[in-house]
Amino acid sequence: MELALTLLLYVALVATAIAIIFMRRLFAVVILSGVFSLLCALLYIVMDAADVAFTEAAVGAGISTILMLGTIALTARSESLKFNPSKVPLGVVLLVGGVLIYGTWDMPNFGDPTAPVLTHVGPDYLARTPVEVDIPNVVTAVLATYRAFDTLGEVAVVFTAGLGVWLLLANGTGGATRRRGDQQKDGKN
Amino acid sequence: MDHHLILRSVTRLLVGPILLYGLYVQFHGEYGPGGGFQAGVIFAVGFILYGTVFSLRRLKAIVPDWFIMALVALGLLIYVVTGVVTMVLGGNYLDYNVLGLSPIGSQHLGIISIELGVGITVFAVMMAVYYAFVSRPPSLDDKDW
Repeated sequence: MELALTLLLYVALVATAIAIIFMRRLFAVVILSGVFSLLCALLYIVMDAADVAFTEAAVGAGISTILMLGTIALTARSESLKFNPSKVPLGVVLLVGGVLIYGTWDMPNFGDPTAPVLTHVGPDYLARTPVEVDIPNVVTAVLATYRAFDTLGEVAVVFTAGLGVWLLLANGTGGATRRRGDQQKDGKN
Repeated sequence: MDHHLILRSVTRLLVGPILLYGLYVQFHGEYGPGGGFQAGVIFAVGFILYGTVFSLRRLKAIVPDWFIMALVALGLLIYVVTGVVTMVLGGNYLDYNVLGLSPIGSQHLGIISIELGVGITVFAVMMAVYYAFVSRPPSLDDKDW
């Protein structure tokens, strides 16, 4: 049952990716990439990674879709590039893909109990969390307690990224340019 | 989007539960999947849905630019100050055990505090990025999609 579900999800994932390649209308491409993210989230659920699935669904299928739609509204609706049957990009894609697949041969199988990630600090966190922190979600315990300093770095990255986008795209002033934009947008809505 | 009656009605129904769910993910993150990061995104999605379907002007009347920019900094500040407080109380940076309750209680207090900081910053950054994108004059009309 689980195997059939996983296979179905992977087939749908590949079909979505192929559809994205051949689409020319960017609106459809954006919606399909949202579908792609949602399928990824379902796959993570099948792999019991609920926290990752949650993030993928909220960020990948939710926020990125909205931001891509916002980008389309500012730029163009359809891909202007003509199909270019050059061999070089195909060669690069095949080469990089081949190297990546070659790299996976060294990785442990999914759920392998002897995988490095399951033999070093993992069991330690699982054993110490009920005693030291006493919360059921070990992921939260690792992120917020044992690796709190790493999480501080992540929040700082999010902060810096938001600040950068704001300064670049919102003209940094909150002044006349943006207010004029608001009126135009609201007039159309 | 005045003519999208179904979109507007569904949005009215959905915004409340989405915000409530964001709060649930924020404060239930220790017990179920999720935490500050996911909660911040979900909470922002509620507002973004409202702003997309109704209008940016109405959204900015509720959540103005300056408020968002203050929250962007406030979240990170809550996180950093939590660490400074643990240092002042004699522990290492972000060592919650010195927060004064029982060892487990101190850990919970520390986790809730920093998760709140994460949630606030992520929510505000998502809103800031959304504002930055949609505040610019669009080149497409509603019917052009």
